[in-house]
Amino acid sequence: MNSKNENLKEQVLRASGVNVLKCMRCGKCSGTCPAYGEMEYHPHQFVYMIEKGDIEKLMNSPSIYRCLTCFACVDRCPRGVEPAKAVEAVRLMAVRKQDGNRLKPEQIPDMLDEDMPQQAIVTALRKYRK
Amino acid sequence: MQVNDSKNFEPVIAAFCCNWCSYAGADLSGTNRLSYPTNVKIIRVPCSCRVNPMFILRAFQRGADGVIICGCHPGDCHYTSGNYFTRRRITLLYSMLDFLGIERNRTRLEWVSAAEGAKFASVMEQFTEDVRKLGPNRRLEDLRCRKK
Amino acid sequence: MNRIGVFVCHCGTNIASTVDVKAVAEALSHERGVVISQDYQYMCSESGQNLVKNAIKEHNLTGVVICSCSPRMHENTFRKACSEAGLNPYLVEIANIREQCSWIHKDITTATEKAVILGRTAIAKVTLNTPLTSMESPVVKRALVIGGGIAGIQSALDIAEAGFEVDIVEKEPTIGGKMAQIDKTFPTLDCAACILTPKMVEASQNENINIYSFSEVSDVKGFVGNFTVKIKRKARYVDETKCTGCGLCTEKCPMKKVPNEFNAGLDNRTAIYIPFAQAVPKIATIDPNYCMMLKNGKCGVCSKVCTAGAVDYKQKDEFIEKKYGAIVVATGYNPISPEKFDEYAYSQCPDVVTSLELERLMNAAGPNGGTLLRPSDKKHPEKIVFIQCVGSRCDDDRGKPYCSKICCMYTAKHAMLIREKYPDTEVYVFYIDVRTPGKNFDEFYRRAVEQYNVHYIKGMVGKVTPKANGKIEVQGSDMLADEQLRIDADLVVLAMAIEPDKSARPLATMLTTQMDTNDFFTEAHPKLRPVESATAGIFLSGVCQGPKDIPETVAQASAAAAKAIGLLCKNSITCNPCVAHSDELMCNGCSACEKVCPYGAITYENKEFRMPDRTVAVRRVASVNPAVCQGCGACTVACPSGAMDLNGFSNSQIMAEVDAICK
Repeated sequence: MNSKNENLKEQVLRASGVNVLKCMRCGKCSGTCPAYGEMEYHPHQFVYMIEKGDIEKLMNSPSIYRCLTCFACVDRCPRGVEPAKAVEAVRLMAVRKQDGNRLKPEQIPDMLDEDMPQQAIVTALRKYRK
Repeated sequence: MQVNDSKNFEPVIAAFCCNWCSYAGADLSGTNRLSYPTNVKIIRVPCSCRVNPMFILRAFQRGADGVIICGCHPGDCHYTSGNYFTRRRITLLYSMLDFLGIERNRTRLEWVSAAEGAKFASVMEQFTEDVRKLGPNRRLEDLRCRKK
Repeated sequence: MNRIGVFVCHCGTNIASTVDVKAVAEALSHERGVVISQDYQYMCSESGQNLVKNAIKEHNLTGVVICSCSPRMHENTFRKACSEAGLNPYLVEIANIREQCSWIHKDITTATEKAVILGRTAIAKVTLNTPLTSMESPVVKRALVIGGGIAGIQSALDIAEAGFEVDIVEKEPTIGGKMAQIDKTFPTLDCAACILTPKMVEASQNENINIYSFSEVSDVKGFVGNFTVKIKRKARYVDETKCTGCGLCTEKCPMKKVPNEFNAGLDNRTAIYIPFAQAVPKIATIDPNYCMMLKNGKCGVCSKVCTAGAVDYKQKDEFIEKKYGAIVVATGYNPISPEKFDEYAYSQCPDVVTSLELERLMNAAGPNGGTLLRPSDKKHPEKIVFIQCVGSRCDDDRGKPYCSKICCMYTAKHAMLIREKYPDTEVYVFYIDVRTPGKNFDEFYRRAVEQYNVHYIKGMVGKVTPKANGKIEVQGSDMLADEQLRIDADLVVLAMAIEPDKSARPLATMLTTQMDTNDFFTEAHPKLRPVESATAGIFLSGVCQGPKDIPETVAQASAAAAKAIGLLCKNSITCNPCVAHSDELMCNGCSACEKVCPYGAITYENKEFRMPDRTVAVRRVASVNPAVCQGCGACTVACPSGAMDLNGFSNSQIMAEVDAICK
């Protein structure tokens, strides 16, 4: 495990406040996840990969945008691990990392798709306006 | 016996240890050869609640520089509730010592179980250092009791 | 005049290598009252002890100080040696110069200095020691077993076998406990009733065993060998001496809609009932919450049909008081309620059942007469999903942090029995880990997989949704295949965590025993004294101490019985003489000591005192029962007048030690 990954792992753990070591690998988070079919890495894998320090893989995976943040996994985890918060933290890392390559407003219309909820569009514009 | 030079000052420390947890913890630190300063001398009591605050004042009067009371962890008392009494009594004693102008660091209450030999040694080490920094206890010492 | 002997031990080189023992002996010989000061290679050896004994005789010593290892190690050795030489054993003090000096210090000068101070401290104390004699307290030759499950029954049988009287107090109308509700037992698949009911009958027929069913312990006083226990005999509104258990009243009772606890609420019973056919004692009990006669005074059918005239609506709770020498606690367990886990839809769907309910569903004496049918539509289930660890190994306040230990095995048993009886049924088990450490346990689990083709899925169920077509959709993860599964099941079985019975905590307070945060009783030592509680005379049996299966429970029950028998065999027990005592002339009757005493050893009594002016005054003074007092000393500090003092650790002794250290 290289030091950069350790650093990333540290940041994710701090941002999310999640203790991945509490996980007992029961898989209830993945059993309960409504977006399971959409995800490349599933909630239990998130927790395990963060523990291993594989943050970059997660950051580059579309999975982080598929999580609905419905908190079903947080609610039902018997160990109080809160996987959704860990996913949110990885997503935050990815957003922060993008720095200069933020979306330009004129790019957005091309990217819109019909299924995208309006709220997401508004949020995206808010986030990338400056 | 006491030396004024603070660098060479060797504090006199009395430690009250309950028979069931802390005294056994002290024995364990001996069995494990975990060293702590010779300044600490242990008095065995059946339970930390046997320690009358009077004993602590007596120790200060007779020239002790620090007094530490060790008992079982809350909830683990051999006599079910003794250490809770101790905790309250020592809290009250603290306010009295504050009133008398005795530094708070000279008295300490610690929970040490029979399995915590390492903790016992480190607590004693730390406490001796704290008292050493405070210097000799002058305020409560009765000079008539001092032996040449 | 004190004549003290000081003996400094080398302990081979353990002490002598860092403490100059000769110098210590020399320094201590100048202390006040010391008449002899010697050092020796091994003080605890035969010849070392003889050295001490001879010195006591030769110098007529009044006190002995041994500078050696910890008093926890050899205090008793030297006390015994001294009493053999005619010196009261409590006139011995040990200065701990091994564990607390030579072993932790390296510098000879400072270590020797400290050893001298420790020796001086012991001399200062021993000067003030008083001879103490241990009291003997008689042992009542009767044991009490609290709880009449398999643990309680086994303990009672073993104690009775040894020839002692035993009383079983059971809060339910019958003994038998949880095991009576279970269908088959793993790993041998014996029928539980077939092995339990003979034991129940044996207990009821053993002349040394007396069963108080439908009773509770309401108060415990006293101490090891001499407990006084108040037992509440709840009113069952049926005269136990008259009822023959014919069951006619239960047939005729018009109130037929009472949830049947014995069948886990899956069917109904009458208001007057006998829990099950093999109940011991087989006596009817009226449930006052449902009986119309007791509620509104209208009915009285049972008393009319009873040919024995046993029904008595005016019966009241009775209290009896009895003395016991030993108490065995066997209060057992209950599965936790699944209602907090709403993701499993237990309260929404009758076809989501707990494992205990499944036991009853499959039991020949159960609501369906042994045919496995869905509770909702009484159809045969074709797909059954078992969910493991519901509430076990759970970090939040919905469940329990521990592993309930029995669920893996009983689920394998259920799965196997179902596949055996109904081979067309598909059985899925969602598990986190399969834990099978036990004799023939893993083989049993493997048989379920290999022989009976039970589908074990590594993963957990996240959601259970009852559907309109009567199916139950189970959504869970399969972690090994890395996929999410949806199974349309007919029956879902939850392996609920088990928790100690609710009656355990108030009981622990009465018994002054310790409990952990999960309300399991704490054993005196987790490895070496697993069936004793820290309070002398109280023994632990069965699940009240921690989750256990039946063989372990029976083993522990017999172990607890053996410990109780060991106690009951003694005619008397020696008490610790280091107990508190009150100076009646100084006591002002304030009750401060009575309030802090954790054992209730202090009582107040009015005593006549002759006053200096020759009048007689009656004053209220404290008195300590030396047999109950454990010698913690809480009262000595609480006493405002200084009347209370502790033998062996008196105020003056501790003060003398403080002075010696501070000099």
